[in-house]
Amino acid sequence: MQLTRPFRNMSLAQKDELTGYLFVAPQMIGFFLFVLGPILAIFLFSTQQRDLLSGVVKPIEFANFDYMLKQDRIFPKVLINSLTFTFWLVPLNITLALALGLMLTRKMRGMIFFRTLFFAPVITSTVAWAVVWRFLLQGDQGINQILASVGIDGPNWLREPDTAMFSVIITRVIKTVGLNMVIFMSAIQNLPREYEEAAEVDGASPWQILLRITLPQLAPTILVVMVITVIGSLQVFDHILLMTNGGPANATAVLIYYIWFQAFRVFDIGYASALAVVLFGIVLIATAIQWVLRGRFSYNEH
Amino acid sequence: MPLQIEPKSRHEQVSLFIFKHGNKILIYLLLIALSIPFIFPFWWMITSAFKPMNDIFAYPLTLLPQTVRLENFADVFTFQPFARHYFNSIYIAVLVTVGTLIISSLSGYAFARIKFRGSSLMFMLLLSALMMPVEVTIIPNFTLMQALHLTDTHIPLIILPILGANGIVASFLMRQYFLGIPQELEEAGFLDGLSRWGVFWRIVLPLARPALISVTILTFLYSWNSFLEPLIFINNTDLYTLPVALRSITDEYGQSLWHIQLAATTLTVLPVLVIYAFAQRHVVESFALTGSKG
Repeated sequence: MQLTRPFRNMSLAQKDELTGYLFVAPQMIGFFLFVLGPILAIFLFSTQQRDLLSGVVKPIEFANFDYMLKQDRIFPKVLINSLTFTFWLVPLNITLALALGLMLTRKMRGMIFFRTLFFAPVITSTVAWAVVWRFLLQGDQGINQILASVGIDGPNWLREPDTAMFSVIITRVIKTVGLNMVIFMSAIQNLPREYEEAAEVDGASPWQILLRITLPQLAPTILVVMVITVIGSLQVFDHILLMTNGGPANATAVLIYYIWFQAFRVFDIGYASALAVVLFGIVLIATAIQWVLRGRFSYNEH
Repeated sequence: MPLQIEPKSRHEQVSLFIFKHGNKILIYLLLIALSIPFIFPFWWMITSAFKPMNDIFAYPLTLLPQTVRLENFADVFTFQPFARHYFNSIYIAVLVTVGTLIISSLSGYAFARIKFRGSSLMFMLLLSALMMPVEVTIIPNFTLMQALHLTDTHIPLIILPILGANGIVASFLMRQYFLGIPQELEEAGFLDGLSRWGVFWRIVLPLARPALISVTILTFLYSWNSFLEPLIFINNTDLYTLPVALRSITDEYGQSLWHIQLAATTLTVLPVLVIYAFAQRHVVESFALTGSKG
């Protein structure tokens, strides 16, 4: 911008500034009303006893948090569920996405076709996905019929606590892995090829090239994708509501599901907001970690 | 530095051979095996939509309908006002998309090109708000809409995506694209006597077509598949959109009426899949853009 701008005139610059405000005005007004306002409101609501239906509001300071930490039996379970969900989903998603990304960026016929297939669940409605999988995971249907044909007696996947969590995680990975896959694909395609070619000429094995050259080059992308996936996994709501409705016996009730349950089933939006503050704190920590990691690997960003 | 090419051992030669030839077959086999859980749900959904209820539960599981029952698709429209749900979903998605295109291209352009005080602060604020999931901000939004008597209308389903997280991502994508458009083109426009608006409307926006297409794809799909907002804001079944309508195809005991539900699901998913099949490169690349936002 050292070049002489067409308008150096002060009043025109001011006019331009005004245009800038006008251009962002609809977005910013909407943002304050429907995004930032609600985020701040959550903090206010969390200090209130607040009923969704009657609209009765009573300030109670930190009683919601007190109840959460001392009396609520479900809260610790919900936290552990969220942790379990994230702990399994993230590595499964990233390993599969990376493996698919590495295979699909090979110069081979039909890779576009496979990319289209693996990505298809991403654009599909979660409701449709859940309708189909809920059928396939029934006690005597779908998956279990296939298992029975090889002599395995499958469990009633969504009705038993351990397998319910497992099923929810796996079906979620299949639904969303395509997104990370295409992110990895574009990262892999942007890698400089010289190092791999040089290593190949030097007689390095494919595994050596992968482990010593390709993966280290991808490390910054992997870390960023990991943090995005962690944050995303804390926000998985509709999938769980539709697959298991948090059951059986709260086995798949994660924090965000519990927030929704308290707000729109118990109608206690004060307590739901207090839970939301906790979620906000967790996401904030994950984001802070992302910033630190980004700073450390900033050489790869533009 | 001259490259030294070491003579390869026999083991390495064999592995190189496998790498060059056998590897391809291995990769194809692996990809085919891995794609089964990705394709099978679609296959089962579409084929079962043509089966009578009993055949859906048949043992062993059939890959193709033994008797084709097309009435499933007629039943969808008599069981619920499905045509109306379809119309609701389409018109809401169109309005959300148009609104998002207008608002995000305006603010994306201003954030990319116009100098005004507080612009970077505002932009940071927008992005940081993406941390808070919609499921959380919807609680105060619900009380707000309740106070404005807008629950059980389509208005929240239209304005929340335009102004909320989806619209913010769209603005970010637009801004990124505008940053890549050469500034000289705009300077030339100013010299020709165009105003800021003229430069935006006549020069920059036509050049931003790829970004506008991406925002259209992402926003339309977001609205089409959106489930939480209609679940919370809509009670009147006439006002349902497709995702909530699909979920409510049950008998009086809450058990799914599978043959009707699967026909309705197929009617909801198939148009999207068909468009995707033709525009897959655009769709995939649009989503890849949102991922790189970090």
